[in-house]
Amino acid sequence: MKALQIRRSAGKFGIARIASAVAPATAAKLGPLELRTIDDPECPGDGWHRVRTRLAGICGSDLSLVEGHASTYFDEYVSFPFVPGHEVIGELDDGTRVILEPVLGHEARGAAPPFPGAAPGDGDDYAHLAISSVNGGIGPGIQTGFCCSTGGGWAPWFWAHDSQLHRISDDMPDERAVLVEPLAGGIHAALLTAPTVAGVEQPLVAVLGAGTMGLAAIAGLKRYVPGVRVVVGARYPHQIALATAFGADLVVQAAKLDRAVRREAGCHLIGDTLSSGAHATIDAVGTSESITDCLRITRPRGRVVLMGMPAEVKLDLTGLWHRETELKGAYTYGTETMPDGATERTFELAIDTANQIEAERLLSATYPLDDHVGAIAHAAAAGRRGAVKIAFDLR
Amino acid sequence: MPRPGFVLEVDKSTPPILFWRGEGFSLERLPADRSRVIYPAEPLAGLDDVDGHIRNALLNPVDMDPLPALLKPDMKLTICFDDASLSLPKMRKPDTRQRIIEAVLDLAAAAGVDDIHLIAALGLHRRMHEYELRHVLGDRIFDAFHPRGMLYQHDAEDYDNLTVIGETDHGEVLEINKRVAESDLVVYANVNQVAMDGGWKSITTGVASYRCLSYHHNPVTLQNTRSLMDRHNSDLHKSVWRLGKVLEDHGPKIFTVETTINTDAFPSPFDFLSKREWEWNAKDRAIYLATQKSLNRTPNRLARKIFHGIESPYATTSVQAGFTPSVHEITLKHVYDQHIVPVEGQTDILTMGIPFISPYNPEGIMNPILVMCMGLGYLFNMYRNKPLVREGGVVIMTHPTYREFNPVHHPSYIDFYDEVLADTTDPVVMSEKWEKKYAEDEWYRHLYRTGNAYHGVHPFYAWYWGAHGQQWAGKVIIVGGDPTAVRRLGFTPASTLDDAFEIASDVVGRSPTISHLHVPGVLVADVV
Repeated sequence: MKALQIRRSAGKFGIARIASAVAPATAAKLGPLELRTIDDPECPGDGWHRVRTRLAGICGSDLSLVEGHASTYFDEYVSFPFVPGHEVIGELDDGTRVILEPVLGHEARGAAPPFPGAAPGDGDDYAHLAISSVNGGIGPGIQTGFCCSTGGGWAPWFWAHDSQLHRISDDMPDERAVLVEPLAGGIHAALLTAPTVAGVEQPLVAVLGAGTMGLAAIAGLKRYVPGVRVVVGARYPHQIALATAFGADLVVQAAKLDRAVRREAGCHLIGDTLSSGAHATIDAVGTSESITDCLRITRPRGRVVLMGMPAEVKLDLTGLWHRETELKGAYTYGTETMPDGATERTFELAIDTANQIEAERLLSATYPLDDHVGAIAHAAAAGRRGAVKIAFDLR
Repeated sequence: MPRPGFVLEVDKSTPPILFWRGEGFSLERLPADRSRVIYPAEPLAGLDDVDGHIRNALLNPVDMDPLPALLKPDMKLTICFDDASLSLPKMRKPDTRQRIIEAVLDLAAAAGVDDIHLIAALGLHRRMHEYELRHVLGDRIFDAFHPRGMLYQHDAEDYDNLTVIGETDHGEVLEINKRVAESDLVVYANVNQVAMDGGWKSITTGVASYRCLSYHHNPVTLQNTRSLMDRHNSDLHKSVWRLGKVLEDHGPKIFTVETTINTDAFPSPFDFLSKREWEWNAKDRAIYLATQKSLNRTPNRLARKIFHGIESPYATTSVQAGFTPSVHEITLKHVYDQHIVPVEGQTDILTMGIPFISPYNPEGIMNPILVMCMGLGYLFNMYRNKPLVREGGVVIMTHPTYREFNPVHHPSYIDFYDEVLADTTDPVVMSEKWEKKYAEDEWYRHLYRTGNAYHGVHPFYAWYWGAHGQQWAGKVIIVGGDPTAVRRLGFTPASTLDDAFEIASDVVGRSPTISHLHVPGVLVADVV
């Protein structure tokens, strides 16, 4: 079948890295992502289903790979060549529409789950992600879309395990369903602020960045973290409008987030750093500058949740040390402990949230696979071009 | 003999007229046969012997005993003086305040007074930098008093050092600096540049608390201040005068020294700014062109530095001392002698060029809020009887209105622009919804008290200053301004003056009458 595929090629990754500085389209043209005819992947075993892609989103982590910026950390957690695409709404052979929860967890790999009823992303030992499955079915890979054995969403079809599939009702449009995966990521990050703001009378959470993930976090905060006041730094007018629509209490230009948080917290601005600040801050950008900004505006003993994938960054951590700031990663989703102590699967929360906020409004444009250069260029410049989520349409 | 101000009816032979545009200017052609230019009077002649006139005023005051008779060896003497908001631009050394205070100190020394404090009466303005204090007072006074803690700046947030003097029959509480209140004698050294300043306003605002100022620095009072340059038709001044009566009845003895200056603001090479355009000679035109072209290529920061570096060759035109209200009446006469220009009737449009400076950005950036304050606050209010523009008419200003702020001087202005103006430009609404938060913000309070920041509430006051003009005008257009900033102010941006007239036609039709308030030069249009 014709699919988009990434092969391990140091030269192509290097070219993409250089080219992306010039134009994302150039990186897509010259980089490691290619549209080619590939062999159909073999079924990994029992419990696996063929999923025909309907819509597949382009995520920031996809872009960092295509542009050659991904960290070498993942070298052992992926297996080449692979078909990207982990934000997927697809269809089983019997016509059932499913959303993919892409983490290739214990069950998919034939390993014992960390606890009964665990979600694919749960657990405190990631060995299963980096080694081939115990039954030999699939190679290393953190998720579908990074594994050589399963295929991925940027292809007409791929393999997915029972444990990864969420069947959806007919009244949920594809355009909404394709946003569930990023929404789950945002909700997970939002819930990671909950322990920090628990018991606080007027909890204040700042969100830096209002692309897909930032918006998802805002929606998650307002739905699942009771009483929290959310201040958002956004860059573009459409992001400001969406952040407001999703319930943010105050949305300002990203460059002015520090002053907005200062006003909300009623604290001082000492040099570049707030004397107090937000109880927790979600970084939905993932650069040296954004993390630095988040550390500046989070109050001493507060928490910074890193939702944007940071790769290599350069940080002065003196302030973190002095303020005893907690830096918390927020990767994907799993089983959440809610503020009231109950447990929920993030994906179930995300499906509910997608319906509630009518998430299809975040899907700005779709492309056919053979226009992947245009799609990647659009996704890489989504904010600037007034867009949020870009996806491939294979219907 | 200096020529008085006058009204020029624009015809086809009238040359283009000078408009300030911040740290630059332009020449604009006004429509013939329906435009007029209000020109200020030429600078009046100054006094020959200013020090002699000051001594004479101290020895022969109005409605008070001579100063030497009021000075006793064991007394508490406090000398208050106007801050860096006067004069604009700053005057050449020696500053009149230095001359007055040196004369007062000579007499105090002769009388054996040794408990003397000098207080900069800055109200809620920013604290002056050391170099500004040295400029105003001279090195001798600064070095003698400042190191010993006897020269300092009023702190409207230091409640341990504020005291209530009394209350007016309108319920206005006079709360002022405790040292001033407890002094046996207070001497006030004033420089009067416009009719708004001086009189009871000097003490009752300069050394008052925020609470005290809020009785008259509010939207309703300012909307009914018609105008700021006409004390008897100004609700602000009526309130201030009521507070002054409380001060007179229950406060310390006040010995006011007021001085007036002429309008000779620009030394060479900028002296062409003060000339009437049709009298420009070849040299003036060449300097204008060279200056304008250089300024167009000069970064804002450098242009600002050049303009704020100007030291004006003002001449002192009068000195009077004694009982505050009596002194001020004489002062007003001298101010009006310089400023009043009789004008017949109103027009549909008022145009004005906004300069690089206002009372609230000496040595700083003219941020968008100050552009509004300067245009609708100060320049619009340069009238007696009636505004130059009819009610519902259009005010057109020229200024770059860049979105720049001085973070040291104007920290709360930045937030006011981002937060308050994003919510409302209505002064009444903002006063109810936002003012308290800014007035009580601990960070602003800290920066006002220890740094060089205007008080947190000050951008509100700057905005209220334009409340009457804002209410009066049917539309306000800024030519050449950053469109985003102009819209944030609630105004309409235009790229050229002709575009502005086109936009204005929606409100005033296609053949409106136009008045241009010629700046520089300071004038008060007496509109009948």
